[in-house]
Amino acid sequence: MSEAALPMRLALVGSPNCGKTALFNLLTGGRQKVANYAGVTVERKEGRFSTPSGRHYLLLDLPGAYSLDAASPDEIITRKVCLGEFPGESVPDLIVCVADATNLRLHLRFVLEVRKLGRPMVLALNMSDAARRRGIRIDVDKLQARLGIPVVETVAVRHGGAAELTRCLEREVPAAAVAEDSSDLHSQVRELIAEAVSMPRRTAEIDDAIDRIVLHPALGLVLLAAIMFLIFQAVFSWAEPLMEAIEIGVAHLGTWVGGALTSMPMLQSLVVDGIFAGIGSVLVFLPQILILFLFILALEESGYLPRAAFLLDRLMLGAGLTGRSFIPLLSSFACAIPGIMATRSIQDPRDRLTTILIAPLMTCSARLPVYALLIAAFIPQRTVAGIFNLQGVVLFSLYVAGIVSALAVAWVIKLLRKDKSEHALLMELPSYRVPHVRDIAIGLWERANIFLKRVGGIILSLTIILWFLSTFPAPPAGATEPAINYSFAGQLGHLLHLVFAPLGFNWQICIALVPGLAAREVAVSSLATVYALSGHEEGLQAIVASQWTLATALSLLAWYVFAPMCISTLATVRRETNSWRQVWIMAVYLFALAYVASLLTYQIARVLGS
Amino acid sequence: MRLSELDQGLSAVVQEVEDLTEKDPISRRLRDYGFVSGEPVRLVGRGPIGADPLLVQVGYTRFALRRNEAARIIVGEPA
Ligand SMILES: Nc1nc2c(ncn2[C@@H]2O[C@H](COP(=O)(O)OP(=O)(O)OP(=O)(O)O)[C@@H](O)[C@H]2O)c(=O)[nH]1
Ligand SMILES: [Mg+2]
Repeated sequence: MSEAALPMRLALVGSPNCGKTALFNLLTGGRQKVANYAGVTVERKEGRFSTPSGRHYLLLDLPGAYSLDAASPDEIITRKVCLGEFPGESVPDLIVCVADATNLRLHLRFVLEVRKLGRPMVLALNMSDAARRRGIRIDVDKLQARLGIPVVETVAVRHGGAAELTRCLEREVPAAAVAEDSSDLHSQVRELIAEAVSMPRRTAEIDDAIDRIVLHPALGLVLLAAIMFLIFQAVFSWAEPLMEAIEIGVAHLGTWVGGALTSMPMLQSLVVDGIFAGIGSVLVFLPQILILFLFILALEESGYLPRAAFLLDRLMLGAGLTGRSFIPLLSSFACAIPGIMATRSIQDPRDRLTTILIAPLMTCSARLPVYALLIAAFIPQRTVAGIFNLQGVVLFSLYVAGIVSALAVAWVIKLLRKDKSEHALLMELPSYRVPHVRDIAIGLWERANIFLKRVGGIILSLTIILWFLSTFPAPPAGATEPAINYSFAGQLGHLLHLVFAPLGFNWQICIALVPGLAAREVAVSSLATVYALSGHEEGLQAIVASQWTLATALSLLAWYVFAPMCISTLATVRRETNSWRQVWIMAVYLFALAYVASLLTYQIARVLGS
Repeated sequence: MRLSELDQGLSAVVQEVEDLTEKDPISRRLRDYGFVSGEPVRLVGRGPIGADPLLVQVGYTRFALRRNEAARIIVGEPA
């Protein structure tokens, strides 16, 4: 084989949730997102691998599709790649069709549809481990003979689970598939299954048993509420000791480094007031973010999320959404950007747009530091009703406030919309799976990495820039107020203060809002820097607790429930909707809601005497 | 009878899927899912609010269908 030859181009094609991405990761060593529901992959992804004999391949991971007659934006990508219509991309040399061995009645139909394209193709019967466990027997040779294409068994979640597939690739390049010219794919599937598959039971017994509880009209809802509540309790109570450790560590390091720099006061201020105060104040939130993700990752892999969507569909329909919006919206609790991307699996363009527009109202993890800071400063650490942590309860209510307003906004969008034709749900409920500890550990590690990169990248840069803007120009001789009042940032803060004073924001908050546009957490680090430069020595939480009124804190919390304070989200909306109009609608409505909510919160809180 | 009228826990056999509009995309998708003539289906459960959506088993898969989606599916007695 000549080394100069271009690598062969393979494409993973198959029904949703059959394990294409797991197979992609196994073969290429990639880290693409794998989760147990239909519609995880929404983009075309590329990777490379080589077989033991040294052949090189280029592998495409594609969104799952039920049919080439595409119904949603993600399916269109798959369709285009298969047909060679994807811009800048020729037809793949070989289609690796993947099917879930426990779900062949559904998946084989799509396999047959792909076979009709008449391209070279192999079939990977994935999840053969799960099939074996359920006593499903598949006569691979017979299937192979009947389909006229090579068929291999794979286990995408096990090391070496794709060995049969790579062996098959090394053996020969399969010829173009030929389909008998019979049009009814469903009856062909029935025949194939009758001949080659023995299925002791249509569904897994355990799935039926779990669903009886999880989808029970009353128990199911109670369980859903309990799970959601548990997450927020855990975020507050489990993270506590870890956060303290980080706080103490950063403080010690800051004092030590600051001590070494006493001969250079300017640099010392940059390092201690700028970098350590700023970065440290954000870094402490790592444990809380990881705990949140621990739950999200476990839920994603378990197969519970589509069940939650099932339970909530009617409620969401009333608000002008669909149960399908649930998963993108839940992802938005991590960050609105993947949440907005995930809306690609929503077929109805109206439902998709509404979901995109309200995604920023889900409290993303970057807002957590702001909430956590204010809650810790103003809400006493107390147990209510015997078991609940009061701070956890408040945090939970902030999340609820976001959700309720999202539903309200969706409802208004529904009222304003002229096209009132039917919206679709049509959603598959996957088998339950026990999350692998290793996969979750990897997922958390990646999250930690992303967070630390943000801290070391954009947050650090903004903090340093803010330090400069808050330090220069230096105060005139004989100045009486703290130096920062004379700096650029100080002047800007005082200017913005004119707009935000009715909301109860002081000028320090106004300064912090500006860099917060680039990354929400920076609002916290900026406050830390601004106060450090104003000559405050205590930790940020203590400063806030002593300097702000409760009304101001509540008002800022209300602001953060709504504020469109994230430029990357707006950029994603622009990309996903291909329209500046939607971006403007979103920014304006969020800003208006934020302003009104904060104004009301502050004024009411003041009247009530806080 | 329509699938949406089936009692919980009961099985039936699909006769056809109606198109409500010309080239009804929902009906087309239902056929892709395997709701085609002769296919056994079972109503496994119902959602908590207004008994909507329905949890329907067809082939080896469970789907969540709203009532008006399930109403497109005409079913008969199991053979
Ligand atoms: N037991 C078992 N589980 C598997 C196997 N392959 C994948 N899974 C699980 O199946 C689920 C779906 O895997 P993905 O790789 O995300 O599926 P996909 O085909 O890429 O899904 P979409 O991107 O939504 O089309 C995940 O929960 C995986 O952990 C396998 O061979 N055996
Ligand atoms: Mg995938």
